[in-house]
Amino acid sequence: MKAICFNFEIHQPMRLKRYTFFDIGNDHYYYDDFLNEDIISRIAERSYIPAAKTLLKMIQDNKGKFRCSISITGTAIEQFEQYVPEFIDLLRELAATGKCEFTAMPYANSLAALTDPDEWQAQIQVHAEKLKALFNVTPKVLRNTELIYCDELAPQILAMGYKGVMTEGAKHILGWKSPNYVYSAASAPKLKIMLRNSKLSEDIAARFNDHSWPEFPLTADKYIDWIAQTPEEEQVVNLWMNLETFGGMQPAETGIFQFLEALPRFAQEKGIEFWTPSEVCSKIKPIDSLVVMHPISCIDEARDTSAWLGNKLQNEAFNKLYSVAERVRICDDRRLKQDYWYLQGADNLYYMSTKHFADGAAHSMFSPYETPFQAFTNYMNVLSDFIVRVEEQYPSTIENEELNALLTTIRNQGREIETLNKEVESMRRSEEQYNIEHALREPKKEEAPKEEAKAEKAPKAEDAPKEKKKPGPKPKAKAEAPAEPAEKPARKKPGPKPKAKVE
Amino acid sequence: MKALMFGWEFPPHILGGLGTASYGLTKGMWECGDMDITFVIPKPWGDEDRSFAHIIGASQVPVCWRDVNYDYVESRIGKVMNPELYFKLRDHIYADFNYMRTNDLGCIEFSGRYPDNLLEEINNYSIMAGVVARTLDFDIIHSHDWLTYPAGIHAKQVSGKPLVIHVHATDYDRSRGNVNPTVFSIERDGMLNADHIITVSNLTRQTVIEKYGIDPNKVTTVHNAVVPLSEELLNVEVRKPKEKVVTFLGRITMQKGPEYFVEAAAKVLKNNHNVRFVMAGSGDMMDKMISLAAERGISDRFHFPGFQKGKQVYEMLKASDVYIMPSVSEPFGISPLEAMQMGVPSIISKQSGCAEILNNVIKTDYWDIDAMADAINSICSYPAMYETLREDGLAEVAQITWDKAGKKVIDIYNKVLGKA
Repeated sequence: MKAICFNFEIHQPMRLKRYTFFDIGNDHYYYDDFLNEDIISRIAERSYIPAAKTLLKMIQDNKGKFRCSISITGTAIEQFEQYVPEFIDLLRELAATGKCEFTAMPYANSLAALTDPDEWQAQIQVHAEKLKALFNVTPKVLRNTELIYCDELAPQILAMGYKGVMTEGAKHILGWKSPNYVYSAASAPKLKIMLRNSKLSEDIAARFNDHSWPEFPLTADKYIDWIAQTPEEEQVVNLWMNLETFGGMQPAETGIFQFLEALPRFAQEKGIEFWTPSEVCSKIKPIDSLVVMHPISCIDEARDTSAWLGNKLQNEAFNKLYSVAERVRICDDRRLKQDYWYLQGADNLYYMSTKHFADGAAHSMFSPYETPFQAFTNYMNVLSDFIVRVEEQYPSTIENEELNALLTTIRNQGREIETLNKEVESMRRSEEQYNIEHALREPKKEEAPKEEAKAEKAPKAEDAPKEKKKPGPKPKAKAEAPAEPAEKPARKKPGPKPKAKVE
Repeated sequence: MKALMFGWEFPPHILGGLGTASYGLTKGMWECGDMDITFVIPKPWGDEDRSFAHIIGASQVPVCWRDVNYDYVESRIGKVMNPELYFKLRDHIYADFNYMRTNDLGCIEFSGRYPDNLLEEINNYSIMAGVVARTLDFDIIHSHDWLTYPAGIHAKQVSGKPLVIHVHATDYDRSRGNVNPTVFSIERDGMLNADHIITVSNLTRQTVIEKYGIDPNKVTTVHNAVVPLSEELLNVEVRKPKEKVVTFLGRITMQKGPEYFVEAAAKVLKNNHNVRFVMAGSGDMMDKMISLAAERGISDRFHFPGFQKGKQVYEMLKASDVYIMPSVSEPFGISPLEAMQMGVPSIISKQSGCAEILNNVIKTDYWDIDAMADAINSICSYPAMYETLREDGLAEVAQITWDKAGKKVIDIYNKVLGKA
C-alpha cells in the first residue's frame, strides 16, 4: 500500500507601495492596491481558478478516491475576498466535498515562529478561525510558513492541538533517511512529522517544462511509475507545491493540467491511493524520531532560513519588526494589528536578499523592487512609521512589563467587577426570592408588585457598581477596594484611561 | 608585444579621471606580462612612476633640428628623458617646423592641461607624434581620449601599424547633447580611422554606435577598474562632524548634475536635520549652485570647500557617510569606486557607466530627487543599510582590478593584429 499526499500552497503577500522617508508620520496607508489587485487577479485567472476547477473535477470524477489538501494564508484569503471572490466560492465547493483538507498556517505567512511564540500561536489561531468561518473546516495538521520547522517548535504545536506538522525533507537533516515515511518529533514524540519529497515535488513544480532535463517530457504514467518503484516499505510520497505551479510557473499550454488530471487513473492502476495530511498522520505510525536542531525551510539551495535572515539588512528589519511585537499585542487598535500582520509577511524580508546565482535570480523574480537596497529602504520607512504609531498608543517611557502589569490590573479589575456584579445580582435575587416567599407566607398583596419592579431593574444596571445599595456592606467594600489602584495609573497616564472605562 | 600609447594626463599630476584610468590600465596590462609599453604624455614632471612603462614627454621631443651637445641636453631635460633618446628622435625629424614656436632644443612646449588654445596643442601634439612614430619600433598604437586621436591617426599613417582608440568620454556626455562641432569631428575622425574602439562602458559604446555612426563590430567595452589604495590613504585621520556627511566630489559642471544634488539635499533637510552636505570641487556651475543652495534656504548645511587634490580627496571621503554621484551622463565614473574603497556607501545615477558593473550601491535616475533623498535618508537612518553597503561594497570593489581590464585590452590587440 502506497499513497500520494498532495498539498497545494496559496499565498500572495501584501506588497508595499513606494513609501519614502517623507511619508513617515504623514501617511499611514502602506499598500500598493493596484499592484496587488493586478497580480492576484492575473494569477487567479491564469492559475488558481483553473487549478481549483481541475481539482474539483478530479474529486468528482474519481468518486472520492482522489484527495488533496490546500494551505492558504490569511493575507491571500483577504485579497481573494476583495478582488477575486469567485475563487473563495470555488474553495468552499472544494471544502464541501470533504476530500480536500485545509491545513493550519500562520495567518500572515510570517516568521514569528523563529522569534515570538505568542505571536505565532495567535496567528495560527486567527487563521484557524478564518478557515472555520469561511469554509467550515477545522485544521488538524500545521504547515508553517515555507515549511519552517525545528525541534523547539514541536511541543508548542502539540499543545495547540495539532497532531502533525509538515516540513521540508531537507537533505542535511535526513542524511540517508527517506522522506517517504512519517517521523516523530524528537522534542515531542507524540507529534508526527511529514516531510516533503523535494525531488518528486520539484519534478512537477520546477522541471515539468524544462527542455534541457533528460526526463523531458514528463508524462503521468512515467511519473506514477517512479512513485510505484520506490521501496515497498515507503508508504507515502508527499508532493507539496505551490498551486501557482499549475498554469503559473508551468503555463497551461505545457499540458500541466492534463498531466494532473491523468494522475489518479495511473495511480489506480498501480494501486496507489491519495491521502490527505491528517489521514497520513492517523494511518501511518512514525518509523523513527527526527532531530532538527536548527530551523529548516523549503526555500533556496541551503533549505534554511537564510532566504529571509541571510544578511544584515534582513536581520535589522526582522529585529526592529519584532521589537514592538509585545506592544502591538497590548494595543487593541484593530488597524494597527492588521498592519502588523501584513508587515510580518516573510516576503518583505525575502526581497532584501543579497544572494547571487540561482537563488538570487529566484529572489529577484518575485520581488517588486529593483534591488534589495530599495526593498530595505522602503520597508524600513514603512516600519518606522508603524513604530511611531505603536508608540503613540502608549508612551514609550513605560516599560513593556510595567505597562502590561497596569493593563492586567485594569483587566483583572474589570473581571472582578463583573464577578462581583454577578454575585450582587444573585444575592439580590435570593433576597427578592426571600421577600416573595415571605410575602406569600404573609398574604399582604400590596408589596409584591413593588418587588417585581425592582427585579426587572437589576439586570439593566449590570455594570454600575453604584446600584449596590441593598445587598449589604460586605460586597460593596470588596468591589470598591480594588477599584482604587486601578484609577491611579489611569489618572497619571492619559493613554490607558479611556480603556479602563471600556474594560 | 610593443604598444605606443598617447595620453594627456598621467599621475600624480592629474586633472580628472582620464589620468587615473590611463595609469591603471597601463599598469594592469604590464602585470599581464609580455607587454612593452611606451606612454607619450604632453608634459612629464619627472615624478611619474616609470616602473611599468617608458614615458616620453612631448615637450622633450624635437621637431626642429638644433645643434646641441650631450651635456647640454643632459642638463636641460635629463631629469625626464634620456639624452640618447633625444638624439635618436632628432634623427627622425621629418619636415621643417622652424616656423613654429619651438625652444632651444627644437621642442614644442606643452602645458599638459586644458588651456584655451587646446585645439592648437592637439595639433602640435600630432606633429610631435610623427617624430615619435618614425623613431620607435612598435606593433600597435593606442590613443587615450579625443585629444590624442589626431596623434594616433598620424602615427598610424606614418607607420602603417593598427590604431586602437580608447573612448573615455564623448562630447555628448560633456555637453548634455549640445556638441561642439569641432570636437565632434575630431572624435568621429578618430573613430573612423581606428581599427578598433574601446569604450569604458556599454553606455558609451551605445553613444559611439548611435551618435557617431560607427560599426558595432569594431566597438568593444572594457570597464575601468581601480588601483588598491595604500595603507596610508586608507588610514588618513580626519575629524568628523557629529552630523552625517553626504559628499559630492567632482567638477561642478552640467555633466555631473550638481543641481539635482542640491534639490535632493533640500528635500532631506526638510525632515532630517542630522545631515550636512558637501559639494567639493570647482567648475563653471559652482556660483550657480551656491545661489541655488541659498535660494532653498539650506546654506547653513550645504558646504562648498572647493577643489580637493591628492590626500585631501581621501580625507574628505573618510569623513563622509554617503557618497553621491548624480551625473546626468557619466561614461564611467571612477570616483564612486574610490569612495567604496574608503568604505563609503555610494549613491550613483543609473546614467553612469559604473552602474553597469556595481551591485552594492544605490542606483537612482539622476532626475529622481525623491529617490535620491530617500536613499540618503535610508543610509543615514538605518545602520544595517550603512553597514551592508560599506562591507559588501569593500568586498565588491576589491574584485574590480586593472589586470582584468588589461587582459581584455591585450585580447583586443591580438584580435586587431590577427593573432587570435
